[in-house]
Amino acid sequence: MTFLQLSGVQKRFGDVVAVEDFNLDAAKGEFVSFLGPSGCGKTTTLRMIAGFEQPTAGRITLAGTDITNRPPNQRNVGMVFQSYALFPNMTVAENIAFGLKVRKTPGDRIRKRVEELLALIHLEGRGDRYPWQLSGGQQQRVALARALAIEPQVLLLDEPLSALDAKIRVALRQQIRAIQRQLGITTVYVTHDQEEALSLSDRVVVMSEGRIEQIGAPAAIYNFPATAFVASFVGTLNLIAARVVDAVAGRLAVDGQEIRAGGPIVSARNGDAVSIALRPEAIDLGEGAEGENRLRGPVEDISFLGSIVRIRVKAGDGPTIVSLDTFNDPQLRLPEVGDTVTISFAREAALILEPPAGATPTGTGGAPAAATVSGEDAAIAAG
Amino acid sequence: MRSWLQLRRRPVKGRTERGRQRARRWASLVFLIGVLYFVVPLIGTFLHSIRTRPDIFLAYRQVFADSKFLEGLRYSFVVGVITIVVSLAIIVPTAYWVRLKVPRLRPVVEFVTLMPFVIPPVVLVFGLIRIYSAKPLALTSTNFGSDLLLVAAYVVLSFPYMYRAVDVGLASMDVRVLTEAAQSLGAGWSRILLRVIFPNLRTSLLSGAFLTLAIVIGEYTIANFLARTQAFGPYLSLLGRNQPYQPAAVSLISFGLTWLAMGMIAFLGRSSRQRVQVAGAR
Amino acid sequence: MADATTVRDRGAVTAPRSPFGFGWSWLGLVPFFLFSAAFMFLPVSFLVFGSLQDSAGSMTLQNYRDLSRPDIVNAFANSIEISAITAIVGGLFGFLLAYAVILGGLPSFFRTSLMTFSGVASNFAGVPLALAFIFTFGQLGIMTVLLRGIGLDPYQHGFSLYNKVGLEVVYLYFQFPLMVLIIAPAIDGLRRDWREAAENLGASPREYWRRVALPILMPSILGATILLFGNAFGAQATAFQLTGGTIPIVTNVIGAQIRGDVLHNPGLGYAMAMGMVVIMAISISIYTVLQRRSERWLRS
Repeated sequence: MTFLQLSGVQKRFGDVVAVEDFNLDAAKGEFVSFLGPSGCGKTTTLRMIAGFEQPTAGRITLAGTDITNRPPNQRNVGMVFQSYALFPNMTVAENIAFGLKVRKTPGDRIRKRVEELLALIHLEGRGDRYPWQLSGGQQQRVALARALAIEPQVLLLDEPLSALDAKIRVALRQQIRAIQRQLGITTVYVTHDQEEALSLSDRVVVMSEGRIEQIGAPAAIYNFPATAFVASFVGTLNLIAARVVDAVAGRLAVDGQEIRAGGPIVSARNGDAVSIALRPEAIDLGEGAEGENRLRGPVEDISFLGSIVRIRVKAGDGPTIVSLDTFNDPQLRLPEVGDTVTISFAREAALILEPPAGATPTGTGGAPAAATVSGEDAAIAAG
Repeated sequence: MRSWLQLRRRPVKGRTERGRQRARRWASLVFLIGVLYFVVPLIGTFLHSIRTRPDIFLAYRQVFADSKFLEGLRYSFVVGVITIVVSLAIIVPTAYWVRLKVPRLRPVVEFVTLMPFVIPPVVLVFGLIRIYSAKPLALTSTNFGSDLLLVAAYVVLSFPYMYRAVDVGLASMDVRVLTEAAQSLGAGWSRILLRVIFPNLRTSLLSGAFLTLAIVIGEYTIANFLARTQAFGPYLSLLGRNQPYQPAAVSLISFGLTWLAMGMIAFLGRSSRQRVQVAGAR
Repeated sequence: MADATTVRDRGAVTAPRSPFGFGWSWLGLVPFFLFSAAFMFLPVSFLVFGSLQDSAGSMTLQNYRDLSRPDIVNAFANSIEISAITAIVGGLFGFLLAYAVILGGLPSFFRTSLMTFSGVASNFAGVPLALAFIFTFGQLGIMTVLLRGIGLDPYQHGFSLYNKVGLEVVYLYFQFPLMVLIIAPAIDGLRRDWREAAENLGASPREYWRRVALPILMPSILGATILLFGNAFGAQATAFQLTGGTIPIVTNVIGAQIRGDVLHNPGLGYAMAMGMVVIMAISISIYTVLQRRSERWLRS
């Protein structure tokens, strides 16, 4: 049963369209992330749910009630701001109690509820501290408690962890998810960090330039990206330029070497240039199993990334470079830079996408080099 | 399942379009009252200044023809400029040094710069006269000596404004980092001050300078007691006692000049992050 | 007034050790302290010594005892009353004005012109201000004549520019702008997401103001009001030009005593000045403390 619904929501600022045709049906207790680069409209959409912006078109429904035109102080949604927005003149306890005081809750109930929440966020006994006496992570937990105190129907979080250190971010996001699960509260979480979105959410909404690119479970988004943008924004990705040799048979040519897709190619014809999206972890060193695709070429570079080793291999004579990730196994003998190696990957691992802008139909000379695109690079490129 | 918290909620006005319009109406009313209060005395002054018949601008003509008016402006302007230069020369290095090297003494320095607010000008000038009219300095017996004392007194008076302006300006630029960068490139202290600090403080310096100028030109008590009757303040006071319409003209002219100066500060400071300064009045 | 920005101090690590604990760096401040000593502390020390001397030059506490003379007490009472009233009224309306142009939804041109004007008007004191009001609202002032012409003579209805109330009205001309200039940065410092957080938690605009915005602004407002008090207390030329000394206020009485009018007693003048210094010093200290508190909140 849909609990939070946005239909056809649009937001226009003069001539600029910040959000276009946003549709989402979130179930009760679901954790949904809005993921995208800066300026993609995710925060604007969140603020429309909270009531701080008015949609120029479309409807927002919460638990069956149309709240599109309700003022923000009547929506009963709890919002956690990126800058915490704790009231500096009040203690932690007073901050948490604020929503309850506004609702004229009796004092002893307030006290009890504040204690409950302080325990929930593991800040018992710190109720009489002031915000400026707390660390960033602690302040954010107080902001969360304050939003939860009023028992909202929906919890909204606007990049709550972006101002914190990496280690605290990881710990805190797990705490947030645990609390959310415990309370069963529908949550919308805005972030530009795809690792956060993938690790926390039941579903992810990937946005770009005001539009939804894809909605789905994290695994679906990662393994089956619907568009080139999603593929390059979420996770690291090889985008390889190739040419269709035989669409029916699914044969493609990459810098003179032939590979096969998992099935017939329907989106392009013989001779067309396409992009192949290939996850680094889907590629193995070595010949691989029977029927898998193979590419052969010299090793360009080896990067040690801790638990993973990233090897960049040139595919044949052409400019295409493919990155593969392999687990850091001390017993694995790694090649040296310059060695010629064979790499392999399953046919189904190659996803055919539209070619990148500027690709030429010829396989030599003018073909652009493949890029290993990480999520951040895509974000920077997308502006 | 709704909690009882939600059931108890009563309908409440939010930030609706109507609320915004009402706020705007109140704001306009307040602004209007303010404008009226500020503008009416100015209009009154202007109307009074053109009460002369048959030539309504007679007062203005007389003022501009009066050598004492021009002399008063010129003298006070020159004194003002000298005051500004001396004050900057003392305050800027001090503020810079305090921020960089001796932050612990900051409260002390701040307190000292606030003292001129606390001392009545008449007391200050009498103290100055008592000390510096005695031998061997005997400053008050010469014109030049009295001028010196005047500048010194005005520099003291300018401390609160200058220091605050410079301090705010230094705060908005990362002094420590800029200094270290300059030092690593081989610059000595004077070069750092002249080439790095002063240029970046442009807006603060200007606002402090204009404020000081306004204070100097309008100042009466100290100039009077140091027998600097050629200064603008004593000139205006004397005029106010003797002439019916010219003081109105002069008041308006000086108000207009100050507005011009302040407008310049706002104009020059519009793009920078340094804030325009506060003034006090006597 | 000094800005209470805290500086991350890594210490004067490069300086050699000296008995002062923070190296020899303080020597760089010598010019400043020398100048202040020569032209501020020294003259002011005359305050202290002079207040302890009688006309013959010998030491006495009589001047301080004279402070309880009825006319002296009256002068202090007048000064305090005028300063307090103009501080409170000036603070209130000045705050409303600043709020109106910053958060009232008016065009931004209103704000810049009010700020510029306030910079001018807060300095437009003393002789020109008094004259301006005399020309407008004096016995023969333009507005007075106008109102008399339509039968609403203010002087018949109890108003006079030359009494305490009239003086207060004139003082407000530089009190309002001063308040606007001081409180504007504080109002600016009210973060938008505090208002949104309050609304999100169910507060109406009025509740937001009552529970969040006004409490946060209160140190700034109080501090500014106290500053206004000090400002009015120290004003002299305006009142003198307007009333010629008929309303005894501390600054004018000091001037009279020191200057040498009829019954002059410089020692008494100095003692009064000491009293004034104490009052001013207290108000500036309170202002500084409140200013630091508000800075800390508004920066959080």
